Amino acid sequence: MSELEILTIPDERLKQLSEQVVSFDEELQQFVEALEVTRQHGPAAVGIAAPQVGHFQRIAIVDCSNTRKPVPNHGNLVLINPEITHWEGYEMGREGCLSVPDYTGNVIRATHIKLKAQNPLGETAEYEMEGYEARAVQHEIDHLDGTLFIDRVVSRRTDLFKRKVYKK
Amino acid sequence: MNNWYMLTLIGEDKPGIVAAVTQALYERGMNLGEASMLRLGGNFTIMLMVSGDRTGDQLEQELKPVAAEIGLCLHVDPMKGGLHQHIAPNLIVRVSGADRAGIVAKVTSALADTGFNILDLESDVAGSKDKPVYIMQIAGVSDLPLEQLEEAVSGLRSEGIEVNISPLETLVG
Repeated sequence: MSELEILTIPDERLKQLSEQVVSFDEELQQFVEALEVTRQHGPAAVGIAAPQVGHFQRIAIVDCSNTRKPVPNHGNLVLINPEITHWEGYEMGREGCLSVPDYTGNVIRATHIKLKAQNPLGETAEYEMEGYEARAVQHEIDHLDGTLFIDRVVSRRTDLFKRKVYKK
Repeated sequence: MNNWYMLTLIGEDKPGIVAAVTQALYERGMNLGEASMLRLGGNFTIMLMVSGDRTGDQLEQELKPVAAEIGLCLHVDPMKGGLHQHIAPNLIVRVSGADRAGIVAKVTSALADTGFNILDLESDVAGSKDKPVYIMQIAGVSDLPLEQLEEAVSGLRSEGIEVNISPLETLVG
């Protein structure tokens, strides 16, 4: 299976809101496979979201099992209709994006999240995540909502303690 | 796009500096590249890559009056290099200590001896006039294991300089 083409800024489609997946059929399985091939093809991406390949359904893949320094993770996760049900804490971290080549920036994200998502068979699971993996999930869900990390970049001089980005 | 020049502009901070400078460049058909602009000690400082048809001398001649009008010192240097030459940092070094001479020199010398390459350094003096505290963050690259770098700076702790090195992994998603 060959990789799909990645949309890059300033492609307006990246701002599109993705729709809920309702059929967990063969077509979905095939798309998920192609999305994973695409994730692995590019420069070491820990995540990818369907809208990045011009497919506007709420599907994302996150895999933090292969970072340079090992981090707590749940392995390779295919997240269908993912929903964050709880946020806690916040910290700054450096992000880049397959859809924003040659740019990285600092973004504030919640440090701990609870996540509810379906798998490609339609089964619902809940996860508790922290740190890098929680960051990756927030980055990917942003794509499903038409938001890019460059819409959230802050200066390193930004005082974390005077701002609250995520409300509990 | 022709040659890149590095413009350096410095002057007392006030509203409108960036607009005045970039408007003057725009009117002369110059393109802007990467930039660092920030307030340091009540001054506004600009380092800005520009390119276009003008030579460095022409640019300096034409911009001098514009800069003078808003109270800025101007300097133009031809530069090598160009866009899309980013290097991703893989380490952050955080430094703090009671402000005294030599903190930066000691920390950066210890790092330089290991071959650590500084990509970005921000420093500030916090605390109060009576008790100033020097705080610095350095983002950089090194191939050495973290333990080896930590050992290289460990001697500084006994001199009252707190140095913490942490890995920096850029999340790509």
